[in-house]
Amino acid sequence: MDLNLTAIIFVAILANNIVLNQFLGICPYLGVSKRIETSLGMGMAVIFVMTMAAIVTWVIYTVFLVPYDLVYLRTIAFILVIASLVQLVETVLKKINPTLFRALGIYLPLITTNCAILGVALLNVQAGHNIIQTIVYAIAAAIGFTIAMVIMAGIRERLDLADVSSYLRGAAVTLVTAGILSLAFMGFRGIMTL
Amino acid sequence: MDFVLSLGIIGGLGLIFGGLLAVAAQKFAVEEDVRVETICDLLPGANCGACGFPGCISFAEKVVSGQVSVDCCIPGGKEVCDNVCEVLGVASVASEGKKVAEVFCIGSEDVAPNKFEYHGVQDCKAAMMFGGGFKACTYGCLGLGTCVHVCPFDAIHMAANGLPVVNDDKCTGCGICVKACPRSIIHIVDKDRVGMVVLCNSKDRGKITREVCEVGCIGCKACLKACPNDAIVVENNLSYIDTDKCNECGECVEVCKRQGIKSISKSKVIAFPT
Repeated sequence: MDLNLTAIIFVAILANNIVLNQFLGICPYLGVSKRIETSLGMGMAVIFVMTMAAIVTWVIYTVFLVPYDLVYLRTIAFILVIASLVQLVETVLKKINPTLFRALGIYLPLITTNCAILGVALLNVQAGHNIIQTIVYAIAAAIGFTIAMVIMAGIRERLDLADVSSYLRGAAVTLVTAGILSLAFMGFRGIMTL
Repeated sequence: MDFVLSLGIIGGLGLIFGGLLAVAAQKFAVEEDVRVETICDLLPGANCGACGFPGCISFAEKVVSGQVSVDCCIPGGKEVCDNVCEVLGVASVASEGKKVAEVFCIGSEDVAPNKFEYHGVQDCKAAMMFGGGFKACTYGCLGLGTCVHVCPFDAIHMAANGLPVVNDDKCTGCGICVKACPRSIIHIVDKDRVGMVVLCNSKDRGKITREVCEVGCIGCKACLKACPNDAIVVENNLSYIDTDKCNECGECVEVCKRQGIKSISKSKVIAFPT
């Protein structure tokens, strides 16, 4: 698949937004989007972990799985790799950079089994990206995730003050909002898709 | 063959990562001071942030590492400070002065009218979004009780006149209400306050204040001229009393023209509003 990087970035952030169009990572999208501050923190942690995970899984895939014809084991291998990687990053970060650890720390375990991370790793190898495309796609997808989170958090901060009907208050109105937001992002598909 | 290979690869990966994690856990082990947890248990645990750090645990860490003075936990006061000092094995440095919140507005509904009727969400911050609040005085208390809701110590309640009242015994001076008030009416003051204070925030010119409130300070400087101790300054159309100089002689109360001096009230004080 021959793709230029600009197209990958555009598609990953907007047209194929990981949360709003591919519906991956919905759990943190609804769970951590109560305040803009926390959603940004989560977004940063996702950018960090998603990039690292995409690189490592790509290497594992190319070096171990493809040569031995074990591609069918990729899901379980990736889960293993991502979980250990996040744990490793957490341990090292705690020692080396406590400030960063405190900022990202509470989000890291949340990300360990996040389907968005695994999804991006799988999508990368499925699309046959090379290492450069893999890194660019991972960062762009994570930025897309962050954007979706921050938009949602901004809306929810306003929703808290809005006069919502008692039947819809809370989770219901949040889901309706998420749906409308998703519809809005579907519009980008008219411009370009992969 | 396939079976052995897949077992070997996945098992091998598992082993490698397991080994890496084990090594990392050894090599990057962080020694945690047991005193941090002990001190954290002694603290009030409201995670109010009055000390300037995010949560009690952060404060405990800073105290143990000596980066912050032991008496910085405002809600804890003297008692907590003494206990923490005991854990650390240092002499108590508690300052006696306890802090409490004070509402700097006495413009209740009957003396400070509204400019329009508000039927929105009953929250001061929400009310502020509609034309800057429904009260005619742009500095006065909206009285929807946002401070009451945010207080983690249940120390504030609404009085019958629609203004919040602080219970000095329950108030710990954590300052959460100060941050929550969209009009910055609440200030932190010494609990054992002496002297006079001007319970008004209005920086409007006297003419405007007179129109929107019957009791607000109009900056007429009558109190300034009357004060024998030079304790009063008038800035931005609002009178401030320096409590270090004030000796509660009451001259200012005598001369205040605003509705029998409600705006300068006795034995309430301090903290120059900034």
